[in-house]
Amino acid sequence: MLNYIIRRVLYAIPILIGVNLITFTLFFVVNTPDDMARMQLGIKRVTPEAIAKWKQERGYDKPLMFNSGDEGFTKLTNTIFFEKSAAMFAFRFGRADDGRDIAYEIKSRMVPSLAIALPVFLLGLGVYIVFALIMVFFRATYVDFWGVVLCVALMSISSLFYIIAGQFLISKLWHLVPISGYGQELDAAKFLVLPVIIGVISGAGANTRWYRTLFLEEMGKDYVRTARAKGLPESAVLFGHVLRNAMIPILTGAVVVIPLLFLGSLIAESFFGIPGLGSYTIDAINSQDFAVVRAMVFLGSLLYIVGLILTDISYTLVDPRIRLE
Amino acid sequence: MSFKPVILWTDALVYLLVAAVILFAWYVWRNEHLWAPWRRVGHSASGMAALTVLVFFVIIGLLDTVHLRPAVENDSGGETVYSVEVLSLFDVIATPLRTQVEKTYSAPFAAHLYARETIEHPGGGQTREFPRLKFGAAHLQNPEAQLATDIAWRAAAGGGLGLFFWCLIVASLTLLLAHRSGEAFLSMLSTIRRGATAIPWNAVCVTLALILVLCGAALTLCGSYHILGTDKVGQDVFYQSLKSIRTGLVIGTLTTLMMLPFALLLGITAGYFRGWVDDVIQYLYTTLSSIPGVLLIAAAVLMTQVYMETHPELFDTVASRADLRLLFLCIILGVTSWTGLCRLLRGETLKLREMEYIQAAHAFGVSHWRILSRHILPNVMHIVLITTVMDFSGLVLAEAVLSYVGVGVDPSTISFGTMINAARLEMARDPMVWWSLLAAFSFMFALVLSANLFADAVQNAFDPRVKTLSARVRALRRKRREEPEAKSSPTRTESSLPS
Repeated sequence: MLNYIIRRVLYAIPILIGVNLITFTLFFVVNTPDDMARMQLGIKRVTPEAIAKWKQERGYDKPLMFNSGDEGFTKLTNTIFFEKSAAMFAFRFGRADDGRDIAYEIKSRMVPSLAIALPVFLLGLGVYIVFALIMVFFRATYVDFWGVVLCVALMSISSLFYIIAGQFLISKLWHLVPISGYGQELDAAKFLVLPVIIGVISGAGANTRWYRTLFLEEMGKDYVRTARAKGLPESAVLFGHVLRNAMIPILTGAVVVIPLLFLGSLIAESFFGIPGLGSYTIDAINSQDFAVVRAMVFLGSLLYIVGLILTDISYTLVDPRIRLE
Repeated sequence: MSFKPVILWTDALVYLLVAAVILFAWYVWRNEHLWAPWRRVGHSASGMAALTVLVFFVIIGLLDTVHLRPAVENDSGGETVYSVEVLSLFDVIATPLRTQVEKTYSAPFAAHLYARETIEHPGGGQTREFPRLKFGAAHLQNPEAQLATDIAWRAAAGGGLGLFFWCLIVASLTLLLAHRSGEAFLSMLSTIRRGATAIPWNAVCVTLALILVLCGAALTLCGSYHILGTDKVGQDVFYQSLKSIRTGLVIGTLTTLMMLPFALLLGITAGYFRGWVDDVIQYLYTTLSSIPGVLLIAAAVLMTQVYMETHPELFDTVASRADLRLLFLCIILGVTSWTGLCRLLRGETLKLREMEYIQAAHAFGVSHWRILSRHILPNVMHIVLITTVMDFSGLVLAEAVLSYVGVGVDPSTISFGTMINAARLEMARDPMVWWSLLAAFSFMFALVLSANLFADAVQNAFDPRVKTLSARVRALRRKRREEPEAKSSPTRTESSLPS
């Protein structure tokens, strides 16, 4: 088990290097640092000195991959690729264009992001499972039929609509909670209610339907027939047998997203004005702050890989048949 | 009017796609074993109704794809000069909609502008009031009194016209079916109505009636009203909504076109050759898929933006620039989304390569390339098809979100995303400007819902796993219907039913 985890962690390193290579190609090879400088400083009437200064401030005034001017090993290390990528692995993300330390920003913005993402995740999981169970309990009746219809309809609505409609109805028309903003500690709760509810609703269609399929698949297995043959009531079969077995794919499927919860949600956060990582990323995209976007890409992939490892571990925890070798 | 045809990049790809679809359809039609699952799609009522709506959207999208540059009239004779403005066939048809531009916002069916303006009266003095629209309800003398009746009359006339065409279509359909089956016209009509035909024509007809009546009413009304209002610069929202359809369709389909070569080639070769090829490809897609999708797309779009800003000489018109950006978005979405399909194809190929018929092909000395193309590829096509139709609706929805994030289509391209984005800024206005949002969301809903329903029908027909599942639920439902007392207490009978 421990061996396996260590191997997985080691296996993550080449993947992260690959991620770095991809982002590096995207950010520095497709467009040279000169192009980026010209873009940021305005296309026309840029003096070469201004470009050189811009590059020097950000540490882009070096060769991309190979520094032929240097001696020995520094030929490889004194380059943009090495400096920017190696720093990522040590969580030194450098400074954003407004001069703030990116690592500090990420640390302080994680909490508001989690404050939305975690309740949405937990509440959502509970609500979707309950709805899916209801539909499966009444399967092949009108409850089930209209439930599926509702799910497909919910799936077909843009997530932007849920946010805009929710803000309009609850905040603007009924004045129940503030439209957007964020407060300290307990004060934050009233700002979080609406985004959490909307987050749960916007995922309802697809997830409920998916869970229903999982439950139905489980219902067709032999042990369910055996349980019915024993004379167990349908509710006991459903809650005692089917639910427990269907929880394996549901839980392991959910584990992979847990680390990604730290990243928050891009759209909800910027609509509701919550100072989390999602809105940080959007602001960076809009102001074309390449350093921040690069840092977020790295962080995102790191968390995703952590999620994959956690998924493997959780398999062994919930399903004793699986052993990691 | 003389014009010069223009083929933008996405146009060319859409033509290619249409040609490919027609070829594929012809090929499937010729082979019974390929045609059989499609016949099952045809048996699904919701699937066929959704297909009707989709066909309607696709027609609008295709009309909007044929681009041209009209000639500019010049008196000097000489050679004709073509306008820099690139129009589509749809724009030409909808010329009144496109050119009847008001000053700023106006509500649906309004006769007056949405904002007060100071008006100078000819006799001296000025008042602040809502000025009349230049085009909306301009034919009415006294809009307050006449508006409602005029709208009702026009809508009724248009709806009636739509109904008339519907009757024609249904009659000819019934004639055709009656001719084929040898039934009498009236008995065929009642067969269709009861839904006893193999293909649920009744669902198709009902959907068609809905579309035609709505279209008829909209067409007669949109000449003299802004039926969905106007936006900030006074452009008709109905026109914008119809234009957005093409953008949505292009993103939904071309992205798939972009990702298919990657996914097919890499997925199948990884599963078939295994060994180091498999390792490399697995590493490649694990790396790509470990970057969160939106972030990768955002980074890539940012970089194409920089590239396009620094190379302005590549584009001769605004339209070609916007079009290229749309194409780049499709490519980026394609490159970032092939990993899922690739993984599925690899798994399926791993399973297939151990099958006896592949082993037999090996024993006969069939080349690798031939095994891949003749034996493996046809047997994974159902996965490709299902993924393609399932992804479509997600991509249409993603476009709106990406445009909101600021990494979507060019701001000058009319799309659901840009419409929502522009309208969102007016949320705080009181009274609220709601029609742009509502129009964009309802058109998007119609498109995505029909795509989802059609995708379900396709999945039901092609996916063996889902097929057994839904067959089981159907059997249970039939059993329920046969035992009326079962309905009153589902729990009791349920436990006695074998599943």
